[in-house]
Amino acid sequence: MEKLSGGEIVVRALRDAGIQFIWGYPGGAALHIYDALFRQEAVHHLLVRHEQAAVHAADGFSRATGMVGTALVTSGPGATNAITGIATAYMDSIPLVVISGQVPLHKIGQDAFQETDMIGVSRPIVKHSFLVTRTEDIAAAIAKAYYIASTGRPGPVVVDIPKDITDPSYKIPYAWPGVINMRSYQPAEKGHRGQIKRAVQKLVEARQPIIYSGGGVIIDNASDHLTKLVRELNYPITSTLMGLGAFPGTDPLFLGMLGMHGTYEANAAMHEADVILAVGARFDDRVTNELEKFCPEATIIHVDIDPTSVSKNIDAHIPIVGSCSTVLREMLSLLKKSNRDNNCDTSSWWEKINQWRDRYGIYTAPRHAASSEHLIKPQDVIRVLYDVTNGDAFVTSDVGQHQMFAAQYYLFDKPRQWINSGGLGTMGFGLPAAMGVQLAFPEADVACVTGEGSIQMCIQELSTCTQHRLPIKIINLNNSALGMVRQWQDMNYSGRHAESLYENSLPDFVALAEAYGHVGMRVQQINDLGPMMEKCFSLKDSVVFMDIVVDPEEHVYPMQVPGGAMRDLWLNKNEKS
Amino acid sequence: MRRIISVLMENESGALSRVVGLFSQRGYNIDTLTVAPTDDESLSRLTLTTTGDSRMAEQIVKQLHKLIDTLKVNDLTQGSFVERELMLIKIAAFNSDSRAEIMRCIEIFRGNIVDVTAATFTLQLLGDSDKLDAFLGAVRHIGSIEVVRSGVLGIARGDKFLRQ
Ligand SMILES: Cc1ncc(C[n+]2csc(CCOP(=O)(O)OP(=O)(O)O)c2C)c(N)n1
Ligand SMILES: [Mg+2]
Repeated sequence: MEKLSGGEIVVRALRDAGIQFIWGYPGGAALHIYDALFRQEAVHHLLVRHEQAAVHAADGFSRATGMVGTALVTSGPGATNAITGIATAYMDSIPLVVISGQVPLHKIGQDAFQETDMIGVSRPIVKHSFLVTRTEDIAAAIAKAYYIASTGRPGPVVVDIPKDITDPSYKIPYAWPGVINMRSYQPAEKGHRGQIKRAVQKLVEARQPIIYSGGGVIIDNASDHLTKLVRELNYPITSTLMGLGAFPGTDPLFLGMLGMHGTYEANAAMHEADVILAVGARFDDRVTNELEKFCPEATIIHVDIDPTSVSKNIDAHIPIVGSCSTVLREMLSLLKKSNRDNNCDTSSWWEKINQWRDRYGIYTAPRHAASSEHLIKPQDVIRVLYDVTNGDAFVTSDVGQHQMFAAQYYLFDKPRQWINSGGLGTMGFGLPAAMGVQLAFPEADVACVTGEGSIQMCIQELSTCTQHRLPIKIINLNNSALGMVRQWQDMNYSGRHAESLYENSLPDFVALAEAYGHVGMRVQQINDLGPMMEKCFSLKDSVVFMDIVVDPEEHVYPMQVPGGAMRDLWLNKNEKS
Repeated sequence: MRRIISVLMENESGALSRVVGLFSQRGYNIDTLTVAPTDDESLSRLTLTTTGDSRMAEQIVKQLHKLIDTLKVNDLTQGSFVERELMLIKIAAFNSDSRAEIMRCIEIFRGNIVDVTAATFTLQLLGDSDKLDAFLGAVRHIGSIEVVRSGVLGIARGDKFLRQ
């Protein structure tokens, strides 16, 4: 049997786990592993400029492909820099393996140079973690890490590896543990049959039904099943921020996003629904608004792989613990077999919904002021982006108004097309995530819709794009403010803009992009927007930074009224529903 | 309501800290916690007590179950169960009156004297937590005391097993 050192085992195990790409940043405790990487070709390493970006890039790669993302960092500051990335992935249930170097075993606990208790620091934000203490255990820990990360409700797994067990002078026989079987970890896949039957029965009897789908549908590759089921039922469907694209955004059955910045029709339909089928969603506070006022009439069917998500915030009448794909498939087959002659008629429900759409919907008429020659509305930027990319781009985003505009106005028809940090809301996610997407799909259009605030949180990655030839397109909605913060200050703090403005300190983004070897463009006039966007996406091999000056006063609407029911919304600066 | 929750988990380093972390992270209280390996050395049995309504108890059980190292979780308070806690108490007792009173109490409560000096008694008492509380109530006025409690151990009655 071939003998390998610990460092070589790490790399070989990655290869055997099917990993082609890892993102990372070297340092003392990880150097044996880096040396082993250098001496082989199966696993490609992409050097970033900050460990947070390594994890976000691995995360973006995973969100776009469904595969497990991998990052490698050193101990101490390398590990702590990775924390924000890990927390981001954790909140959105993204499968990652993060390997961190650690100080040698005999130095653990000595406050050694670059020692951080990575297992302790990361504990609340990982699905699981391993501190490996013997060279003999490395392969098994890595195999288990990939297994745990990718099964059940996915999530990030940390593997912390002390330097001495990767020492090149100690070699042992290597064997890849093929099938993993853990007595303490057996995620349930199939939902309870009887519950599924009851759910289908409830659904067909509903008068005012709605489907509320979330990120779990995308993670579980259940979009086809969802789409078929919803079309078979011919029921309205809404989606969380994380679930966009699981059902085609351009389909007339789709009511748009729900929740804090959801459409009126989606939020009102939720509020008045008599049956809600929640699938792969978790009744997050950004969706429900005030829990006591949540959907008073509804019988709630809740499908989720994670039992802790069921009846956590809202009691489910029909809880179904199982993977979205298996449960939806079963629902569809039961539905097709069932006798639906005495189905309830939902035409008056649809009539109501269509009235809401006509009255308040953002897709039936523009509800914001139009752009004028010198004042570009951010919503229009997203519309133009949609047109220029034929609705076909991968769109990553950061956090703020630009993110909500992207979610509202780019109609995602496919799962994994929309990539953003929903749960943690991490500014700085968009650019490195876009690198991960572009790596996975070199030919695809990848747009990072960002703000001048967020982009500066990982701006150093423009250099990474140069090194690895990742021609992403940055669509910077430059409103000269931490816009979402300012919106809250306008609405809740009498317009006192505490630290949400930059006092003319913003960089020249065009010059900055050029300094990194990229193409920079500044857009200030509405008439230039279309042509320049066309030009941007025609430069297939270049990173293009479009710095687009947008209306600094614009707010995101609709917006739920704090403490209200789902349907209580601000529709614009002066009008409530 | 008070809950007694039993957990069977892998006897791995870090497993206990995940349990404790879960409680602080989610805002649940741990009133008592005991943990030790079982007859199978590769497994640990953990008993913890907490207070909460049924929704919270359900969440706690689910969250504990979700930990990768956990094999079985059972809320004992859902069924009938046996509960025991061990207490060691040292009481300052200088005069014969107080020594006599301590002897009387320990007899009533069926405890044992495990150590004696001229100025102290060290007692051992086994029972459910209410009994231990009652005993403390009875002896506290006698003299200054030091108390060590093991935390609650619990097991379901009847033929229910919490095993691998
Ligand atoms: C790392 C981090 N820090 C702070 C916040 C709080 N926050 C949410 S939105 C926002 C403003 C974002 O500004 P910008 O990126 O310019 O987007 P805009 O809202 O202006 O479109 C801030 C500071 C956050 N989400 N993430
Ligand atoms: Mg801004």
